[in-house]
Amino acid sequence: MNILTKLSFGFLGVVFFSAVFAPLVAPYSYETQDTLNTLAIPSFSHLMGTDRLGRDLFSRIIYGARVSLFIGVLTTLLALLIGTIYGSISGYVGGRTDNLMMRIVDIVFALPDMLMIILITVMMGQGVIGIFVALTLVSWVTIARLVRGEVLRLREQAYVEAARALGANSLRIVVREILPNILDLMVVTLTFRIPVAILAESTLSFIGLGIAPPFSSWGTLANEGWKAIKFYPHLILFPSLAIFLTILSFNFLGDWCRDYLDPRKKSLI
Amino acid sequence: MLKYFFKRLLHGIPVLFVVATLTFIIMRLVPGGPFDQEKKLPPEILANIEAKYHLDQSVGVQYLFYLKQLVHGDMGPSYKYIGRDVTDIILDTFPVSITLGLLAMLIVVGIGVPVGVWSAYRQNSIVDQVFMFFATLGISIPSFVLGTILVWVMSNKLQWLPPALWEGPRYMILPAIALGAPFTGYVARLIRSTVLEVLASDYIRTARAKGLTETTILLKHTLKNSIFPVISVLGPLTAGLVTGSFVIEFIFSIPGMGSFFITAVTNRDYPLIMGVTLVYAVLIVVANIFVDMIYMWLDPRVRL
Repeated sequence: MNILTKLSFGFLGVVFFSAVFAPLVAPYSYETQDTLNTLAIPSFSHLMGTDRLGRDLFSRIIYGARVSLFIGVLTTLLALLIGTIYGSISGYVGGRTDNLMMRIVDIVFALPDMLMIILITVMMGQGVIGIFVALTLVSWVTIARLVRGEVLRLREQAYVEAARALGANSLRIVVREILPNILDLMVVTLTFRIPVAILAESTLSFIGLGIAPPFSSWGTLANEGWKAIKFYPHLILFPSLAIFLTILSFNFLGDWCRDYLDPRKKSLI
Repeated sequence: MLKYFFKRLLHGIPVLFVVATLTFIIMRLVPGGPFDQEKKLPPEILANIEAKYHLDQSVGVQYLFYLKQLVHGDMGPSYKYIGRDVTDIILDTFPVSITLGLLAMLIVVGIGVPVGVWSAYRQNSIVDQVFMFFATLGISIPSFVLGTILVWVMSNKLQWLPPALWEGPRYMILPAIALGAPFTGYVARLIRSTVLEVLASDYIRTARAKGLTETTILLKHTLKNSIFPVISVLGPLTAGLVTGSFVIEFIFSIPGMGSFFITAVTNRDYPLIMGVTLVYAVLIVVANIFVDMIYMWLDPRVRL
């Protein structure tokens, strides 16, 4: 484990801790207005300065972490669950069912995904739930394809045949024999997909089509900062830094995970 | 080859049909309509407008009407840009977006491939570590963050390059970098791993044993065999560049399809939303066909 991995672990630990215990960690609430100190630059009383309404940016970033991480982690987990079930069925059953199921995946793949995410999010009212549903709907296909490929490869293995000879039913074979063998792959996929989801959410919120007030994610904060970039660059600096460092940490962690779980493929992508 | 191209294009039609239908359904489920305003229009005028755009009919009828129009190559009038057809708007904005996308692609391939190959060749050296560190930075930095930094440094502080608009080559540099950087990092990492794999193979050892120069080994024997994974991701990559450009267009106020899509969604300009989504979908379908054709052309073993 190199120094970058350790730093990433540490950073993500701090971010997750602050997100979960936001009311305890944040010096102010996310809506307290310090009206004498609007648009203040960073100082001891406001570590990252304040926004147009005098709200403490540091506290707002900590609360924003809740939304950003919640969406990143939960959509990925749900997409993983759906993709795994779908991919296992398709790969294990094979034949016509497989053909049909993969045809559907192909179509979802051909959708211009960011546009679909925007439309679905706006349709569901630009809340946490909307973006959650939108991201899940377009991201499960990647995992379904991956899992299907692996299941297809593994179902011809001798130990699967042995299980079948012992009279195990399909469900048991998939769950007990095949899936444990692709667990590594799934862990690696998870660490690499979480930052993708965080990125998508923050991008949408940045252009104003993601999370709408009163909720705020890091992307929403960056959007507010963007409007004032000329004179108050700190307002966009800190939210951007939060997004960037979090995604970076996940990527370093993913690299490490992949090398650790599969030494044979060391330092492959 | 040409036959294959048209055959694949034919296969793309059902996909486009699904895209059109899905977009239509989702669009109509979005709360709010195109003619909702702060100040309510008098009901008679609203009724007139709705009749003009067939919005007074049932959604099913509207859908069939749209499809009929579409088959005739007409995407209908825009609701917000009065007097302009969606086809017009797309013809104006498409070249802008595609130029931006191609420039970014140039950066991705032009920088990503050499960096990845060199990193693999000098595996674990300082150069490799620095390159890969930057590649990981690249894939981690959201394009809107990079775009903001570029605008702040290059335009606000140094005043070297314009911060917005699209009026000549100077205006294209910053957006193209901001759009291409994440994908450049991705391609560099990908090609590094495949080159490493190839370098460890028997035929490279043979080539070395024959006494070929390192340049020949690297360019002719290695690169040629490790380029395939990169080509196979070029399809999704193009899609990513094309649909990812709307953020960049937003930041740099570029009059491309992406900016128009964002305003169209905000305005509930149904025909424009449909038009842009369909054009993007066609682009993705065509890009994938081209990628497969390049694959076939480079690798004679692949026959379809």
